[in-house]
Amino acid sequence: MFLFFIYSLYLTIHNYFMTVMGMLEKKLSELGGVPTVDKVGVEERVARFKSRSIKKESKMQGLKMALNMIDLTTLEGKDSPGKVRQMCYKAAHVHDQFPGLPTVAAVCVYPSMVHVAKKALKNTNVGIASVSTAFPSGQAPQDVKIRDTKFAVDEGATEIDMVISRGKFLQGEHNFVYDEIASIKEACGKARLKVILETGELSTLDNVRLASDIAILAGADFIKTSTGKIQPAATMQVTYTMLMAIKDYYDKTGIMIGMKPAGGISNSKLALHYLIMVKEVLGEEWLTNQWFRFGASSLANDLLMQILKTETGIYQSPDYFTID
Amino acid sequence: MAKKRDLKQKISWELAPAPESTGHINLKDRYDLFINGKWVAPKKKKYFSTINPSNEKKIAEIAYADKSDVDLAVDAARKAYDGVWSKITPSERAKYIYRIARIMQERSRELAVIESLDGGKPIREARDIDIPLASNHFFYNAGWADKLEYAFPAKTAMPLGVAGQIIPWNFPLLMAAWKIAPALAAGNTVVLKPAETTSLTALKLAEIIQEAGLPPGVVNIVTGFGDTGAAIVNHPDINKVAFTGSTGVGKIIQNAISGTAKKATLELGGKSANIIFADAPIDQAIEGIVNGIFFNQGHVCCAGSRLFVQESVSDLVIKKLKERIDTLIVGDPLDKNTDIGAINSKEQLEIIKKYIKIGKEEGAEMYQTSCKIPNKGYFCAPTIFTDVAQSSRIVQEEIFGPVLTIQTFRTIDEVIQKANNTPYGLAAGVWTDKGSRIFNLTTKLRAGVVWANTYNKFDPSSPFGGYKESGFGREGGLHGLSAYVKLV
Amino acid sequence: MKRVEVQKTYKLYIGGKFPRTESGRYYKLIDNNGEMVANMCLGSRKDVRNAVVASRKAFGSWSGKTAFNRAQILYRIAEMMEGRSEQFIEELVLQGFQKSRAREEVRESIERVVYYAGWCDKYIQVLGSVNPVSSSHFNFSVHEPMGVVGIVSSENSPLLGLVSLIMPAIAGGNTCVVLTSEKLPLSSITLAEVINSSDVPGGVVNIITGKKTETLPALSSHMDVNAISSSQLSTDQKTELEKNAVSNLKRTFFYADDWHASAAQGIYYIADLQEVKTTWHPIENIGGASSSY
Repeated sequence: MFLFFIYSLYLTIHNYFMTVMGMLEKKLSELGGVPTVDKVGVEERVARFKSRSIKKESKMQGLKMALNMIDLTTLEGKDSPGKVRQMCYKAAHVHDQFPGLPTVAAVCVYPSMVHVAKKALKNTNVGIASVSTAFPSGQAPQDVKIRDTKFAVDEGATEIDMVISRGKFLQGEHNFVYDEIASIKEACGKARLKVILETGELSTLDNVRLASDIAILAGADFIKTSTGKIQPAATMQVTYTMLMAIKDYYDKTGIMIGMKPAGGISNSKLALHYLIMVKEVLGEEWLTNQWFRFGASSLANDLLMQILKTETGIYQSPDYFTID
Repeated sequence: MAKKRDLKQKISWELAPAPESTGHINLKDRYDLFINGKWVAPKKKKYFSTINPSNEKKIAEIAYADKSDVDLAVDAARKAYDGVWSKITPSERAKYIYRIARIMQERSRELAVIESLDGGKPIREARDIDIPLASNHFFYNAGWADKLEYAFPAKTAMPLGVAGQIIPWNFPLLMAAWKIAPALAAGNTVVLKPAETTSLTALKLAEIIQEAGLPPGVVNIVTGFGDTGAAIVNHPDINKVAFTGSTGVGKIIQNAISGTAKKATLELGGKSANIIFADAPIDQAIEGIVNGIFFNQGHVCCAGSRLFVQESVSDLVIKKLKERIDTLIVGDPLDKNTDIGAINSKEQLEIIKKYIKIGKEEGAEMYQTSCKIPNKGYFCAPTIFTDVAQSSRIVQEEIFGPVLTIQTFRTIDEVIQKANNTPYGLAAGVWTDKGSRIFNLTTKLRAGVVWANTYNKFDPSSPFGGYKESGFGREGGLHGLSAYVKLV
Repeated sequence: MKRVEVQKTYKLYIGGKFPRTESGRYYKLIDNNGEMVANMCLGSRKDVRNAVVASRKAFGSWSGKTAFNRAQILYRIAEMMEGRSEQFIEELVLQGFQKSRAREEVRESIERVVYYAGWCDKYIQVLGSVNPVSSSHFNFSVHEPMGVVGIVSSENSPLLGLVSLIMPAIAGGNTCVVLTSEKLPLSSITLAEVINSSDVPGGVVNIITGKKTETLPALSSHMDVNAISSSQLSTDQKTELEKNAVSNLKRTFFYADDWHASAAQGIYYIADLQEVKTTWHPIENIGGASSSY
């Protein structure tokens, strides 16, 4: 009798794991499997986006679009309510001297700062994103990660930027990664979930593609390249690979997924090339901050300088643009 | 919760025109022949117009050389060979060739714009591919001039004498470089004839050669039509004929020189297979297909014009390919954003149109992009045909335009057989993630160049040339030198 | 009383078999004393065709053999020739060679075979290259056999001239159809017997005796012959051959007929009958170990 009990317990656990394992595999195979990625080919493709020349009206439109897609970010141990409040003001009033500019898309802060941001951004269009799941390493027990997420949402975050467990991913425990994302998605409630792959730790574009597919299948609303704490952060090659995952998923299911490259995009020209890439890979439907974001801080001022330069024809100085 | 800016509607973000400026280029209204280091008017005083194929406007007048002009050029080349070029030390030869390479680099922007104006290719390709590769060919070959003893073990490499070179209109300056650079490095002198629709960059090269101080007569450039080329081929004092162009003309040349001591290299047509296996990096393969057939409007002898896709991924590949080519920008060659420029000539456009008509008549299913095409000038939208048979004419014959045929296959043996089932053998593409399969295919495909997980790559150090009716001899690399030497 | 000799019948060698000519025609081979030596097959256009078919059929497996294996087989030919050297000498004498010259021709021929046997697994190393292209690609060139090679052998050097053209062709993985000396054909058929008993697969070497005026145009215009390697052709023959070769752009080679010269052997005889194939493949992370993406 006792043995039978043990045996049935074993069966229950076994079946549970089999079901979970089967789910990711089944979903991946429904997508047609995970395609391989040739890095040199990706580099050549990216070079083509970079050879696009963006002039005149299309440049102005692109610069404003990019500004409107920024998640203005501060993720420092030394962040204080004062610093966050300043950033939030800047987010809603990027450069009041020049009328007609859009706001940024959102601010991105630690969970402990969400309430500060919420207060500062009252009556604005700017979203509040919070990192969670023991950002940036993700090295914490699952219940802590869930509590971290719920806390941020309860405090008023409209978007959650989680990190995946890269260690588990590299160990081949893809089901663990899938389950974890799914459980955080559940904890998010109405908040949109951005899943950070931390591509700088994934080592190959094949891994980036697989991680993208896992995140999308587990319920990500956005996939995001990096925490900004690891080098290399966002690159066009990595972003291209992730965009292709989004495109393939959309082609299969009709469901749109957002993309957020983060870290390392600090000048306007590069930002415009990202937008060209989004346009040519995914189409113009993705060219809104509902589906595309830049995780950046210094990019905003560079865009502002370029917007003023394009408008006036005069090269600008950083001294005339507020840093916070 | 913050208000979401509801921007679900599609934003329209079009690229504004970004034309390359033509202000810095320097073109004469009329070009004479470049013979013995000087500009010489053709004896019969005949000239023809070269036009810009993207707007059908005349750019300049070009001298039409006849046999007597060719005689003069060959004579100059012979005198330069006997008197100077075969006498100076190899290291001196090298330095002249290096000089040419350097000046080409310095004037690359001007050369790129003229190449695009005269031939219709997108400025992006002229600027990023044609011109840098052309000067690199001079750089690469320059260094061989004084190292030939390392290239041919146990033999001494001697120059052949006077080389007559006839080049096509698809890569005007690059082909001139492919021909002239190794010929000079090996110690030969040259009479070169550019194609009648694209003489300008070769004539600019003549200016560069003057600027480099190359001894008079070492390189002579005569412009004209087919009869000018025939006069070169048939000239009794030519030791070597190098030709790039159609297989039809190649055969005429080969026939003309049979029984003579003239050495020949022929770089002719192709109908190259580009093979996609199910395990390929599909998105990069799509790029490879696009680059394979739409590079330079498909005016590429090694264009991957026959696509073979493994059946299990064919729907996916065709869907992705259609979406991808819809993003290609067809238009003004001088716009930096143009992906596909103008067809080189009205004549060539007619040929392409004829084949598109044949394709439709053969019952193949055609897809053309809906991109905007300029009203004036010679343009052709990227075109793909599915439902074609191995025996369809559009599958068998070289079209030399942006027209792709797609066939599917199931097994590796089937695709090898079909890929090799052609009189041509210039190039092939293989896309798979499996290394052992790549090596199996690279061994079995009867083609001079195999691009595995890439396509249409060129380099001065990489030999290029075909099997079977795609011609013989190699150009580029160490193996390209052997076309310009005799071994004793 | 003189024993009635069992005379040897000389036939063609096609696809590893010794058929009579399909045409049923013969020509009499007469020695210097005016005595008949043998009835030789007067090969026809159809024999050439059959030989090309056999040769094409054999090409795939012969070119697919390992270089080492081809070397072993070529060396085996030399061994078998050594064993039959007296017969070769006798036949040369029968065709008018002085004994010492015949001995020299056979000795040199065997040595030539050994020489090319040694090249089988080396020429690719010497002639091939890895090309340092300026993009992130691995690029290499290797030599590959052209396919079916037509060989028009010397009239005057019936054994040495023959092996000097056959060996570089087959050492490099080609198969061949050989038109032999019309005046001095005996050695070629004995060589065929040697080849046939030396592990050379049928069809790799095919030998047609007869009049070149009849067989050469069939060979040089054949659309499935990739190259022709020849020696001792008249200017008219050469011109005709070249004109015929245009139809499918055969590669044609004309060699000097002095097969005793030091320049009569070498790697370039192999190289002439090779195509250069260049392969490109992307290289990831060319910048070194550090991930640059």
